[in-house]
Amino acid sequence: MTAATEKIGSWAAEFAGQTKTAPWLQKLRDAAFERFSELGFPTTHDEEWRFTNVAPIARATFRAGAAHTTLRVPQGVEQLPPEAAVSELAKIASFASNAFVALNTAFVEHQVPATILRVPRGAVIAEPIEIICDVAEDVAREAEQSGVLLAVQPRTLIMVGENAQCTVIETYKGKGRYFTNAVTEFLVGEGAVVDHYKVQQESAEAYHVATLQAQLGRSANFSSHSIALGGALVRNDANAVLSEGTEATLNGLYIVNGTQHIDNHTIIDHAKPNANSHEMYKGILDGQAHAVFNGRIMVRKDAQKTDSKQTNKNLVLSDEAVIDTKPELQILADDVRCTHGATIGQLDAEALFYLQSRGIGKADARNLLTYAFAQDIVDRVKVQSLKDSLEKILFEKFHEHAHQ
Amino acid sequence: MALLEIKNLHATVGNREILKGIDLSINPGEVHAIMGPNGSGKSTLAQVLSGRELYVVTAGQVIYDGQDLLELSPEDRARAGIFLAFQYPVEIPGVSNMYFLKAALNTVRKSRGLEELDAFDFLNLVKEKMKLMEMDQALLNRPVNTGFSGGEKKRNEIFQMAVLEPKLAILDETDSGLDIDALRTVAGGVNALRSPERSMIVVTHYQRLLNYIVPDFVHVLSEGRIVKSGGKELALQLEESGYAGMGIEDEEEAVGRV
Repeated sequence: MTAATEKIGSWAAEFAGQTKTAPWLQKLRDAAFERFSELGFPTTHDEEWRFTNVAPIARATFRAGAAHTTLRVPQGVEQLPPEAAVSELAKIASFASNAFVALNTAFVEHQVPATILRVPRGAVIAEPIEIICDVAEDVAREAEQSGVLLAVQPRTLIMVGENAQCTVIETYKGKGRYFTNAVTEFLVGEGAVVDHYKVQQESAEAYHVATLQAQLGRSANFSSHSIALGGALVRNDANAVLSEGTEATLNGLYIVNGTQHIDNHTIIDHAKPNANSHEMYKGILDGQAHAVFNGRIMVRKDAQKTDSKQTNKNLVLSDEAVIDTKPELQILADDVRCTHGATIGQLDAEALFYLQSRGIGKADARNLLTYAFAQDIVDRVKVQSLKDSLEKILFEKFHEHAHQ
Repeated sequence: MALLEIKNLHATVGNREILKGIDLSINPGEVHAIMGPNGSGKSTLAQVLSGRELYVVTAGQVIYDGQDLLELSPEDRARAGIFLAFQYPVEIPGVSNMYFLKAALNTVRKSRGLEELDAFDFLNLVKEKMKLMEMDQALLNRPVNTGFSGGEKKRNEIFQMAVLEPKLAILDETDSGLDIDALRTVAGGVNALRSPERSMIVVTHYQRLLNYIVPDFVHVLSEGRIVKSGGKELALQLEESGYAGMGIEDEEEAVGRV
């Protein structure tokens, strides 16, 4: 048995056991599975995975299942079968070098349909599009009782036409032990405005790997906010390729405790001139949690007048939590402005004393300051209902922390 | 009975002893000015009384309102009616002034056995107190002290004091960095809060503030000890002679400020 086949373990059997699908789609699955077999799961020898050991995923035996998916598609948005997106599906998120994307692609339309949505050109959709992937406890437990782990691989493709506007909220949650491997592709047309949120509230025992890949048109305005709260082992890749005059924002908030591990990798590819990108990732770490932030900014030779700003701020509440943060700037154009900065800090002792000196108890003061650290990411959430629920979740989370 | 009784108080920061035996007794309603050159221990005394953990009390005793003050946490001191107006109010981005003050007031009220105020009553109270300090109401929705000018920060301190209604207010160099107009407003706010039930400790380097907040007693601090006490005329005397004239070395004059 070669190392590669060892690594792909039981997946070959799961793949072979899939119900066949339309020839073009089966061809795509086959190509993706072949690539997955070649790549195998990454190890910490891969630079991109240096700080994140996916051995618990690589070693486990999985059963390919599906999450319970709830879709809220507002009026004006079209839901499409895969046949209507032959030239887009899996064309944005390449599976050439990412084993998890390859694996997800090999299981497109397995048990549940891929979520493929189109916002027609010029359409302004006020209501958010919502995609909720929920793993039920009994499904996860049933797999576990048969000695395997449940794997769910949600696939989403959202095509936004020229000058259209929409908001998308993806939520991942569940109960028990399972593995979510999600891929979301965005194809955003010229002048379109997209506001995207990914709320990750997986169970404390779950593995969660997700790739967001956005192909952004000329003068499009795309902002994505990743809120990561759950999971035992989490890896997020958020990548955007910009065109001329594109405005891209990638924001993130990760809050980890216990032995949680979260890795955020982002790539902003300034392929064309005059585009702006803003990136703000903030992390709150407690317990023995480990967080990784790797933010790559690529400015290609043609991409003059690029303006790019990247910030990663971390609040470390315990002595044992670890953060590895790394900006990666690859700048090939000469007339650009790129700034980046990373900070790692603790709660401000002066601020803590100030609050206490006004009668606020120490635990509450810590809670308040921790909450305040996260506040500016939450403030950027434009969907009021989501903002309210996030505020509530954070408040409860920090309250728990503070009173432990 | 004295509201505050400080006996032979010694305090250190790191290995350095800053307070070397302070004795001070303050009755309800009295305003005591603590003057002294830089490095004499004025601010340390203010911080020790409000419970800053940075300072370690190595000897002595502080009885406040019949209880051992040094046993209490900073928040319990505040709940018992001690208020420190900071020399350098701390900026807290992400926490709105309004939220902060409401949380503070309701904790203090609760510990005094009063009902918590709802949003409506709180706002009414706050509006009234803001008028006193000639403060823009927009500041309520801004994060605590964040982006405030020096004058706005000091006003905000006295405004908080007006809302929290302490029994013992400690003003730590509230005059520093204020122009004359701001000084008048701040002093006016403080004077409006003078009452027979409220004592104050006014810490200052300069006599100027004491033209506006007229103290009942003046104490001169030097090298961690009170070297002279008297009435308000002591401040004027000090203004004329300077610290050097009293045989007190002023770090600022002696070595210049860095």
